[in-house]
Amino acid sequence: MKPAGPSALFYQTVAELAAQLEARQLSAVELMQAVVGRTRAVEERVQAFNSFDAEDALAQARASDARRAAGSARGPLDGIPVGLKDVIAVQGQPLTASSRMLANFVSPYDSTATRRLKAAGAICWGRLNLDEFAMGSSTENSAFKTTRNPWDLTRVPGGSSGGSAAAVAAGEAVVSFGSDTGGSIRQPAALCGIVGMKPTYGLVSRYGLIAFASSLDQIGPFAHTVEDAAIALGAVAGHDPLDSTSVAVEIPDYRAELGRRRGPWKLGIPKEYFGAGLDPEVAAAVETAIGHYRKLGCEIREISLPHTKYAVGAYYIIATAECSSNLSRYDGIRYGHRAQEAKDVVDLYFQSRAEGFGAEVKRRIILGTYVLSSGYYDAYYLRAQKVRTLIRRDFLEAYREVDAIVTPTSPTPAFKRGEKAADPLAMYLSDTYTIGVNLAGLPGISLPCGFTKNRLPIGLQIIGRPFEEAALLAIAQAYERDHDWAARHPDL
Amino acid sequence: MSQVPDLDLDHVARLARIALTPEEKAKFSAQIGDVIAYIAQLKEVDVSGVEPTAHAFPVHNVWADDLAQPGLPVEEALRNAPARIGNLIAVPKVVE
Repeated sequence: MKPAGPSALFYQTVAELAAQLEARQLSAVELMQAVVGRTRAVEERVQAFNSFDAEDALAQARASDARRAAGSARGPLDGIPVGLKDVIAVQGQPLTASSRMLANFVSPYDSTATRRLKAAGAICWGRLNLDEFAMGSSTENSAFKTTRNPWDLTRVPGGSSGGSAAAVAAGEAVVSFGSDTGGSIRQPAALCGIVGMKPTYGLVSRYGLIAFASSLDQIGPFAHTVEDAAIALGAVAGHDPLDSTSVAVEIPDYRAELGRRRGPWKLGIPKEYFGAGLDPEVAAAVETAIGHYRKLGCEIREISLPHTKYAVGAYYIIATAECSSNLSRYDGIRYGHRAQEAKDVVDLYFQSRAEGFGAEVKRRIILGTYVLSSGYYDAYYLRAQKVRTLIRRDFLEAYREVDAIVTPTSPTPAFKRGEKAADPLAMYLSDTYTIGVNLAGLPGISLPCGFTKNRLPIGLQIIGRPFEEAALLAIAQAYERDHDWAARHPDL
Repeated sequence: MSQVPDLDLDHVARLARIALTPEEKAKFSAQIGDVIAYIAQLKEVDVSGVEPTAHAFPVHNVWADDLAQPGLPVEEALRNAPARIGNLIAVPKVVE
């Protein structure tokens, strides 16, 4: 663990780097070269990227330097290498979802998030590994490689956005983006010791994000600091006519708002999140963090979210139902993997999907097909949607008396690779604390709050009111400001 | 955990258009059975009078102006096609 202090270029924050770029003490090309060099040095051990194109990234960096020289720099992200999960479309780059189904797919267009990042001058850097089609909690479900946790290479980085989290933790990207359907940003952020944020459903456009469960999926940032997450979120947030579920709300300057919101806040501690299955070291670190908020003058209230125990069940009905529908598009006809040995067109569907999808994706499509099938719809899908209403109501009820809710992000620190691979249900239960947030559509952030004896990072989750990301970020930064976790990096 | 009696894996896999190997059938039937047994706990919840939630923040009647927009050029639209004949996607024979 390296101490706080001046750090290598590739471990500096967007805020620090933007100031140096602005003062011409640093060029975007020098920064990109440092990140490429770091990636070449550690990637064999970390395995965060499905692919990267250093030449293309350096060309983007030269364009950034040219803009700055011409006096037309576009803000704090101009020239910053931003890693993207391999489900976020970038025109002309591979878009694989870490699936054999899309192994050779090249995106013909940019996602809205990509377009906005480019407009902000960010360098779109690399295609980051994930659990196939974002289904998993360890990144072991990738068809291509298993990303390692930079803090302990024998452990998982979390998932599904494990590549996005590991790349930032390892200094292979300054910030990155992932997607979060049931915890896929917050849980890997927690396990890799960085900040990860899932915005309110509808804040960030899903146009050009490969769909898993459309009523739950959101794109969000990974960063070393809350301020960097605020900068990155601000670049992609906002209404998009190309996503009919995107919500037209005013987007504040999240970074500027950080300085304006001082608290103290009323924070709710849901008793259901501190029960059986919570690792004692995680519990202790989270309780210490809650104690810190108390010292800052925040009022801490125990609250109840009574339907918490049903969240995982409701989620695995709703998410798999939506996935079975969304993934029906992969039929081997217009794009994606096509089986060579099919005897007719219907057989082509069966064989292409059998060859193109991995085990977890098949399991979820089958479960989702089952819960939607004739005779079971009311018992499973419709009931799960009603339970979703109750889960959402629990949160909204809590927000009548508290400003935000504080919990652990993950019940345990990073687990060993292979430990849960054969037991899908055990893997699903590792998302216990993050899933309710997606069902309720709320914003949630995970930030580092300590380490275990074995030097594994621990994450603190803070859950905010809908569309109140500015307050959520400020609450997170109030804790972060008094701790130096963000300055600690793995030995690689 | 035991297998769920009413899960007809062959039937559901056929609906999902996925060919399964005998090994996959054996493994999935146990694993999916575990998950179905777990999600059965939702039956405990009293949902009488509760409306279902399809989206956390539903937006209704989203209209777009009826304007012609440029689409993908043909070459771009076809670049990921598994097989082509000219500007068409080639598929196995559908009608005898």
